[in-house]
Amino acid sequence: MADSVPALEARGLWAAYHQQPVLENLDLSLPQGEWTAIVGPNGAGKSSLLNLAIGSLAPVRGELKLLGQSAASQRRAGSIAYMAQQEHMEWDFPISVRETVLTGRYGLMRLDPLWQRLAPRLWANPSHRAAVDAALEAVDMADHAARPIGELSGGQKKRVMLARTLAQQARILLLDEPLAGVDPPSEALIMATLESERSAGRTIIMVTHDLPGARRYADNVVLINRTLIGMGSPDEMLSDAMLARLAVGAPEIAGGMRVAA
Amino acid sequence: MSQLELLATGVIDALIGGLMLAVSLLPDSLAAPFDYRFMQRALLTSVLVGAICGLLSCYVVLKRWSLLGDAISHAVLPGVAIAYLLGWPFFIGAFVTGALTSLGIGALERHTRIKADAAMGLMFTAAFALGIVIISKIATSTHLMHILFGNVLGVQTSALILTLLASLVAVVTIWLAYRPLLLYTFDPQQAQALGFNTSLIHYGLILLLTLTIVASLETVGIILVVAMLITPGATAHLLTDRFPLMLAISVSVGVTSAVVGLVMSVSLDVASGGAIVLVASGLFLVALLAAPKHGLVARHWRRWRLNRANPSVD
Repeated sequence: MADSVPALEARGLWAAYHQQPVLENLDLSLPQGEWTAIVGPNGAGKSSLLNLAIGSLAPVRGELKLLGQSAASQRRAGSIAYMAQQEHMEWDFPISVRETVLTGRYGLMRLDPLWQRLAPRLWANPSHRAAVDAALEAVDMADHAARPIGELSGGQKKRVMLARTLAQQARILLLDEPLAGVDPPSEALIMATLESERSAGRTIIMVTHDLPGARRYADNVVLINRTLIGMGSPDEMLSDAMLARLAVGAPEIAGGMRVAA
Repeated sequence: MSQLELLATGVIDALIGGLMLAVSLLPDSLAAPFDYRFMQRALLTSVLVGAICGLLSCYVVLKRWSLLGDAISHAVLPGVAIAYLLGWPFFIGAFVTGALTSLGIGALERHTRIKADAAMGLMFTAAFALGIVIISKIATSTHLMHILFGNVLGVQTSALILTLLASLVAVVTIWLAYRPLLLYTFDPQQAQALGFNTSLIHYGLILLLTLTIVASLETVGIILVVAMLITPGATAHLLTDRFPLMLAISVSVGVTSAVVGLVMSVSLDVASGGAIVLVASGLFLVALLAAPKHGLVARHWRRWRLNRANPSVD
């Protein structure tokens, strides 16, 4: 596939939660191989855009394509790896750090031959083990691999979630607030890890409230407030004038309904 | 059809033979009741029911589906009654109303402002009431008692074949779909992102739960089956931080309570369903107190040591 195909492309995309619109007629095209930060106020539809990509939210109208194909087919092909904001997970779940990271490979395991998929050992195909080890190493959690997930601190949990995302070796990383609730050392580690992922040619699409981080690391910044407010370099988009426009929203579309800034 | 029945009877005889081998190792006073054919059938049924309930119990506990299990088990009653009216195998009716009710709960929850727990309580009490009304019209109260509370000693071969098939389906499904089921239970959003069909997994698991409940009907009955769907998994959850081990422990707890409960019900002449559930609850209590890491004793011991090490901390 040529690199000119956008990593993520939205055309006339509308989405709603409980009949409340969260995205209105969004047109967006994000390039492959770059780091894009999506910025906007709470309730602006940033996370919804990622939820549309992972299929936990269905569009009301319009379409969302990943790498030029339907999002569903790219999910099945293992092209995207997703890291959630508030992990919808039971931390009491009886599972080790290593097994948690391995769950990221469950999608790819479907591509293994049948005998390997049904093998009693979870490590039937050595590539999965290698990917998990490398990912745990990258986030500096290899020493904790055997511990139950529930025993970790908040920052460590976040790093394990990132390791699971990395272990998928997907072309597109979708990250929802990867730095929310993270201690400073973990923060530096997470950003350095993402930096090297981008250097390896992967696409990073990150929803964030962290404007200094976006300024420092992102290639592009997308401003969203239920629809596209602007897209460009971090310096252009994170100017005071643009941020003021973002907070006001898009009155011509929002109509009578105000979005809290 | 008769060939299939012959095959099933053969399998059952072989399994009973295996169990009797284990029974022959027991002291005579315990082994004696198992000379009777009905006791052998009851033993095999108990082992199977204990095992599949234990297996499903892990998912029920981790997914917080205890109330859903309760709802499905009660919703099975009108199906049993209607099947009885029509002369069908009770299994079919039970499965249909159980599945319909769980779908109804999902629809009510998704399309109205009724919350999940109210939706469940509403649907299953309505279904249960319907079942009670129909049964009060057509059957004796002894019959109703057996459906509600189980009567493992009266298990017929046809019911045993059914339990065997249900166990087979449950074990094979969980083996083949081990990873999707694990991920869906642990982190459904990630399962969605990895391209798994989460509605298929969701309804598949509910159907499996319904199947297990129906298969356990004759052993522990409608009212108490939910205990077998919660207690073994909850006990195992206290004892381990590894999912495969949790499945194994839960199955062991299920089988142990079913077998010990059966023996107790015979030797003490008490209701089998109640005896089985009491043994399971007893095992849970032991785990709650004595589990090495998550037990109450271990917790207090750790706190006591911490306090002693840091006397300034209250």
